[in-house]
Amino acid sequence: MAKPFKPSVALTDNDVTDETVYRQRRQLLKSMGFIGASALLSSSAKADWFWEDDDKKAQVLKPLSFSQSPGLSTTEKQTPFKKASTYNNFYEFGMDKGDPADHAGELVTDPWTLKIDGLVEKPLTLDADALTSMFPLEERIYRLRCVEAWSMVIPWIGFELASLLKKAKPLSSARYVAFQTLYDPSQMPGQKNRFVGGGIDYPYVEGLRIDEAMHPLTLMTVGMYGKTLPTQNGAPIRLVTPWKYGFKSIKSIVRISLTDKQPPTTWNRLAPNEYGFYANVNPAVAHPRWSQASERRITTGGLLSQDRIPTQPFNGYEEVASLYTGMDLRKWY
Amino acid sequence: MVLTRRLLKKPVPLSGKQIIAAKTLIHLAIWLHIATLFYLGVTDNLGADPVKALLHTTGTWAVNLLLVTLLVSPLAKWIPFPALVRFRRLLGIYSFVYACVHFLTYCAFEIQFDWSLIISEIAKRPYITVGFSALILLLLLTATSPNRIRRRLGPRWQSLHNSIYLIGILALLHFTWSQKTLFGDSLFYWGILFILLLIRRDKLIKLARPARKLP
Repeated sequence: MAKPFKPSVALTDNDVTDETVYRQRRQLLKSMGFIGASALLSSSAKADWFWEDDDKKAQVLKPLSFSQSPGLSTTEKQTPFKKASTYNNFYEFGMDKGDPADHAGELVTDPWTLKIDGLVEKPLTLDADALTSMFPLEERIYRLRCVEAWSMVIPWIGFELASLLKKAKPLSSARYVAFQTLYDPSQMPGQKNRFVGGGIDYPYVEGLRIDEAMHPLTLMTVGMYGKTLPTQNGAPIRLVTPWKYGFKSIKSIVRISLTDKQPPTTWNRLAPNEYGFYANVNPAVAHPRWSQASERRITTGGLLSQDRIPTQPFNGYEEVASLYTGMDLRKWY
Repeated sequence: MVLTRRLLKKPVPLSGKQIIAAKTLIHLAIWLHIATLFYLGVTDNLGADPVKALLHTTGTWAVNLLLVTLLVSPLAKWIPFPALVRFRRLLGIYSFVYACVHFLTYCAFEIQFDWSLIISEIAKRPYITVGFSALILLLLLTATSPNRIRRRLGPRWQSLHNSIYLIGILALLHFTWSQKTLFGDSLFYWGILFILLLIRRDKLIKLARPARKLP
């Protein structure tokens, strides 16, 4: 068992999700069943294999309005939406890369509550609408490098975490930012059964140093490919830190806490010799079980058009290098 | 029901022709499976990452067939169906075939024929070292599987082929080690291998004994 983490800010009864809210979620889920089923009938021209779940709900992804930010976007060939939305690591829904797309569809993302608390002057609570309306949205086409040595190019839509944190006014004592994914075993089978969820201690938690969190590349992401996020990609709001391995980009966030000490992070807790707190993409530091020197880029095409490319330090985002001057990146992997 | 009762009562003989027909079916089914996998992979119908899908499927089937091969002889003792043993070599060889396709997929599509990387990965990464060792042992068993060679090797053949138990352990170690967490499908496979080895505990204890006498 992992050591219990004692945050600097203690939770009270007020922080517990009210039962009425909880029940409403289920009610909403039930009432959406009808719409979901009819959407499935009309939109899926191509029939699924007959042994697949019949009750798979079609997700309604809403178009978002956003500006482009060419300066921070790559022009590399993008991964098709179909691939980026069916090949996910989201162990709350199963360990196979196809599991999240198969099982996350029923996750209720509206209503949603995102809390920003801890060492801040103004704790904030954002509801589902605020996530997409509180800040102007921009599109950032980022490379995503998974620690498993594959990568994608994805057009994310979101706002800088820095804007959100500035609104909450971090205290000068705040040195780290801790993130937490939703914990709801009734909706997330992996949290109920360790054979589904890979034996991870849930909720999934991640963390950044405050200067990393304030970096303009760090994106609070609410959409991709022009629309809201599919649940398997971390709806309604997730983090994207493109210079770090994908597992740092925590999905379906419910809480962001500013703290004065380094928060625990899920994969680091599970295998500290394999996954560090920083987890910056670094071709020079191999994962103990495989090389990180190169990666397979997943775009279009089948087996014969697979591309293996060299991995870049910081995943090609050299502008973050100054955050780590003087640090031995072999030690702080 | 009738069939089960019959199976349990008297031996079911299979004619030579029936055995050839059944073996032909197994050959066809397996090669069709492999061809379909590659066809789907090349046409980009094997999910987002066809390489990973191919690696996982061929690896899983190598292990599946290995476990089925280990099930043949105990099963042939319990049910009066002695002809079953005549399928054991075929199943074992196909376990090797899948393992080969698995390794070649890794070389060709995962590493893309970067030979120095392939060699360094085999040497440096324990889970790949272990998987590669299992493959080499399977190659040895396959190479010595023809009756002619079996007769020539005499009693040494059996001691060589006892390494199948070690191969089972190496293959599952490779499987478990390749996953990010322990609680995966591989636990289920360990359970089955454990039962298959438990059935043979007397033989395995005997095998282990001479080794213990060594200084």
